[in-house]
Amino acid sequence: MIGISILNGHAILPGADKAEPLHLHIENGKIASVGKAAPIADQLDASDLIIAPGIIDLGVFKTDKPAFRFGGITRAALMPDQSPVHDDPATVRFAALKGKPDLWVHPLASATQGLNGLHMAEIALMKEAGAVGVATGRKWIADSGILLRIMRYCHALDLPVFVHSEDAGLSGNAVATAGETATLLGLSSASPITEALAIARDLLLAEESCAHVHFRQVTTERGLDLIRAGKAKGLRITCGITPGHLFLSDNAVSDFRTFAHLSPPLRSESDRLACIAAVADGTIDVIASGHDPRGPEDKRLPYSESAPGMAGAETLLALSLNLVRDNVISTGRLFELLASNPANILGLNAGQILEGYEADLILIDPDAPWQVDGDRMAALAGNTPFDRLPVQGRVRHMLKGGKVI
Amino acid sequence: MTWTQPFAADSFPSGSGAFPHKHLLGIAGLQKWEILYILKEAEQWVALNRSGPAKHDGRLSGLTIINAFFENSTRTLLSFEIAGKRLGADVVNMHAAQSSVKKGETLIDTAMTLNAMRADAIVIRHGSSGAVQLISSKVDCPVINAGDGSHEHPTQALLDSLTIMRRKGRVEGQTVVICGDVLHSRVARSNLFCLKTLGAEVRVVAPPALMPSGIEAFGAQTFTNFDAALNGADVVMMLRLQNERMQGDFIPSPREYFHLYGLDERRLALAKPHALVMHPGPMNRGVEIASNIADDVERSAITEQVEMGVAVRMACLDILTRKARGQEGWS
Repeated sequence: MIGISILNGHAILPGADKAEPLHLHIENGKIASVGKAAPIADQLDASDLIIAPGIIDLGVFKTDKPAFRFGGITRAALMPDQSPVHDDPATVRFAALKGKPDLWVHPLASATQGLNGLHMAEIALMKEAGAVGVATGRKWIADSGILLRIMRYCHALDLPVFVHSEDAGLSGNAVATAGETATLLGLSSASPITEALAIARDLLLAEESCAHVHFRQVTTERGLDLIRAGKAKGLRITCGITPGHLFLSDNAVSDFRTFAHLSPPLRSESDRLACIAAVADGTIDVIASGHDPRGPEDKRLPYSESAPGMAGAETLLALSLNLVRDNVISTGRLFELLASNPANILGLNAGQILEGYEADLILIDPDAPWQVDGDRMAALAGNTPFDRLPVQGRVRHMLKGGKVI
Repeated sequence: MTWTQPFAADSFPSGSGAFPHKHLLGIAGLQKWEILYILKEAEQWVALNRSGPAKHDGRLSGLTIINAFFENSTRTLLSFEIAGKRLGADVVNMHAAQSSVKKGETLIDTAMTLNAMRADAIVIRHGSSGAVQLISSKVDCPVINAGDGSHEHPTQALLDSLTIMRRKGRVEGQTVVICGDVLHSRVARSNLFCLKTLGAEVRVVAPPALMPSGIEAFGAQTFTNFDAALNGADVVMMLRLQNERMQGDFIPSPREYFHLYGLDERRLALAKPHALVMHPGPMNRGVEIASNIADDVERSAITEQVEMGVAVRMACLDILTRKARGQEGWS
């Protein structure tokens, strides 16, 4: 097999804060050496570019290759909320093969049959078919008994459990967070403690079961405080967030903008700032896109009838780079949140620039300016609440398994 | 009672400057003088409506107005229909129950269909907050919001302010108590914005579960105790319990609700001596309001509200169609 050398770039190595000037050599699809200058056949000039691990997007709702390619996503963990639901080995196996070779889809298995929250799905068989974790989907499992049994089972199978943190009793039919915006617009809303309430229970179940529980989106100060306390206690828990909740608060919903209809709903500005602080202090482990492209049939509706979700794959990197520019975190830490932490959660030997690892790499021009344009996105649909926002940071080259794609 | 608010011709910007909006989607965002302009314009229609058997003005002759009601309504629909007809327009009513909405057509497609029929104004009621704004963005003609979900019901607030003005002389400085299911009420929201803009003091009273979060930010004083809120009130505005919008238990029973939040003689005595009683209708007698209060013509303005409703809607239809009719200064 042919090798390739990436020369003159700055690479982000594990544990480093900043990208360092290094050459990379790739052979047989893997990173063969880092640092030593020994050109092989093909060369890729990475002058002025940052060489980073390919993004591992932890929790997407669609396999959307053009959007992932634009966004520098080389692997994606696919939520089980599909049609049909990924609750049996056949659908999981199919999903795992769908993106190859240039995109690796890691399916998350539905914890319960048809995501019904009542009856356990065939988790072990789905693991053998390629599932790398188990998820409750967009919904919370109300029955603590079944969730505890699922967590124990997953602990035995060494699979992480992805949970959605909204107490369904408290959130009811809410489409917004209680507050001035929801009141002004007359939208049904729920207190933000709906999240902390769900997290509090699931932390107890995580402790009881010893399972690795990943809180896919934690978006409130109270919720993050609980996660912080759980981590201090030594629980095996991780949590994530999307740029939507990091960079928008509930006033983005003004004028009934359905593209800002997310699940969980956008929060108050003080909760948003608490999320930024939690990225800074390490409470938040993962930034994911939550990619959920939705066409007009789902979004061009009255707000409460519209589907939640945003197309986020293309904007994930550029928006996340704001955290580096705003001195919230270092470049090195950002790629822990975008790549190595997701890989660790899924148990993959990926997400870092290490000799012997799969050569999933992106070459980034971190300062390249561009404008988000919902009408001209690579994604299956342009439902972005960041439409028209000027951003910086473009992926110039992407390698999956050592192959430029 | 006469107006104490001056309405000299020069107190409003000229022409379309008096109401520079294409649609009437809500009260939030309207300027004080824009609201007052509609109320001033409505006065002439109150006079016409009381003028005898030939209550007719032909200024909207040849125009087509569609009342598209996706949610059931009797009085608002009738009020808009009469308003349009008194101004000479051809008024067509579309009920959701009879429409292709039931066949699965999307709201946008319905809007495009109405637009293609070249209506000159569309009046819309819909069960979802924001639905009317969504339709207005897809049609060429003016749109009037006749109530969307729990969001706004602007003509109700306008007719309520007109009623208060005529009974009390002015809205400014009045203490208005709004009591009931504030959470689900578009009437409460529109009235809060309208009354605050016109300078009234607004107190909202609701059981804790039916009080919207953050409503203080819009200038309302909040109460859970109705008796306490009534002290010094000039106007008591009762809201209907909106059972159709409630999911789960918000109150234990109508009986208990009336016990705490129903308006009866004893409670009304806590307000100012000549306090005005209002209700947007339809009333749930014995749930929000005792029958003897509702029927007391001295205290209750409920039927007058209905009368003002026709006048206010005539004013809105007239104002919003001036541009299309080529009225001078409104192009």
